[in-house]
Amino acid sequence: MLTREWLLDDSPASRGQAAAGRAYRVSLDLPRNPLAVAGIVIISILILTAIFAPLIALEGPHGQYLERRLLPPSGDHWMGTDQLGRDIFSRVVYGARITLMIVALVAVISAPVGLLIGAVSGYFGGWVDSVLMGVTDVFLSMPKLVLALAFAAALGPGIENAIIAIAITTWPAYARIARAETLTIRNSEFVAAARLLGASHTRIITRHVLPLCTSSMIIRVTLDMAGIILTAAGLGFLGLGAQPPSPEWGAMISGGRSYIFDQWWVATMPGFAIILVSLGFCFLGDGLRDVLDPKSEGKS
Amino acid sequence: MGRYMSAISLNNVDVAYDGVRVVEGITFNVARGESFALVGESGSGKSTVLKAICGLAPEWTGEIFLLGEPGSHRPNLSLARRCQMVFQDPYGSLHPRKTVDAVLSEPLAIHGIGGQDERVEQALADVGLDRRFRFRYPHQMSGGQRQRVAIARALMLEPEVMLLDEPTSALDVSVQAEILNLLKRLRAERGLTYLLVTHNLPIVSFLCDRMAVMSKGRVVEIASSTALHDGSFTHPYSQALYAASGGA
Repeated sequence: MLTREWLLDDSPASRGQAAAGRAYRVSLDLPRNPLAVAGIVIISILILTAIFAPLIALEGPHGQYLERRLLPPSGDHWMGTDQLGRDIFSRVVYGARITLMIVALVAVISAPVGLLIGAVSGYFGGWVDSVLMGVTDVFLSMPKLVLALAFAAALGPGIENAIIAIAITTWPAYARIARAETLTIRNSEFVAAARLLGASHTRIITRHVLPLCTSSMIIRVTLDMAGIILTAAGLGFLGLGAQPPSPEWGAMISGGRSYIFDQWWVATMPGFAIILVSLGFCFLGDGLRDVLDPKSEGKS
Repeated sequence: MGRYMSAISLNNVDVAYDGVRVVEGITFNVARGESFALVGESGSGKSTVLKAICGLAPEWTGEIFLLGEPGSHRPNLSLARRCQMVFQDPYGSLHPRKTVDAVLSEPLAIHGIGGQDERVEQALADVGLDRRFRFRYPHQMSGGQRQRVAIARALMLEPEVMLLDEPTSALDVSVQAEILNLLKRLRAERGLTYLLVTHNLPIVSFLCDRMAVMSKGRVVEIASSTALHDGSFTHPYSQALYAASGGA
């Protein structure tokens, strides 16, 4: 049943086949972009590392082994050991779980909120638009990290609060994008046709407007994930995110700060991990933009 | 002809967009089962009249009656059952991410009508589309096929009145003929009332019984479509339009 011909059939026989065919075409286009492939590989490694962390890591992320503190990278400790003698490689591996959780939770919280606020604002216009966009502008006008800092400080340090703080600072950008897209969709004839059929505003927004905003939203969120990771690491570095001994990458860099001139690897190794994963999300986002862009796909 | 007898009745209707009046003093009656055309050059307000009738142009004053009931300033469920519209651009009037099946099922879902599978298949057959088009996306179809889907969507709720906004002007000439034949057949089979907007006079003589000639937001003349054969227009603008279309 799941053959190439079935998936690429020009005349699908069921709803499921039509949807599967579209997904398959996207999956065919994605590997043609080498950067996107690099992104997929990096993100896959991140996900697998997070899932199988106990199998990959040499030891647990916590503990103290003061007899082997601050050892340089070697065959025994690939990334060296930190000030408490913990194996940095193992901690970076466990840190993948935290990073993935931050990214996923921020995306799940802020993207739908931004999407909905932007779509409602753009669709109704008038005073609804003025009020919602006014609020959005207030949030946008403040630097992201500073706002996140303020929220994290107000809510108290901790990874959950850091996630909430980052989510609060990221949704306005998504609201702006969704509003801009909605403005172009709002006056289209297919929306007019849906209104003539008696469709409610809720139905038009959820069934007609939002599906057209999602692909640009997916692209934007993927590209923003690098920034989210950096903000989370920044909060961790400043002591407002994950708290020690949690193996969060930003907190690990912060821990290595005192030794950075003599034992460079303590701060550098988690830094490499952050750079690599950020790059992975950027590459994937660029690749998705080429594949999902409705302008390149919709008309043929 | 009273307003309660006719399918569409407009009495001294003005329409404005954002306070700017673009159409003034429109008065005409369309009998049930009649096919009526609004002709005129671009910007003469033809499409605006259609939008006012179906509630998409909410700023209208005057009297609009649709099948004996007063018109609405915004689309609603009861209006949807009586009157539907086919748009000019089949590329813009279908949602790019929805299959034909989703497009045709939506009116049934909105109005809580059951038996969607059979109705969708029947609707496709009625507009002359093979059932293998059912799960295609708009970008997998030609302009004529898309316009058939748009016509099928408009017919899903079995309205008596169809508003046609230049339904063929975005299509190739050969496809135009197919769509016009389809519209003619559907009207004959279902006793539909058509209000057609066009600037193409041969379409009027093919599809319509009477027409209103519009210029600068006003109706300057209402004539039988036989005038297109003998040129018996009285208003100078209509005569000029007739001459320009190669009729004189």
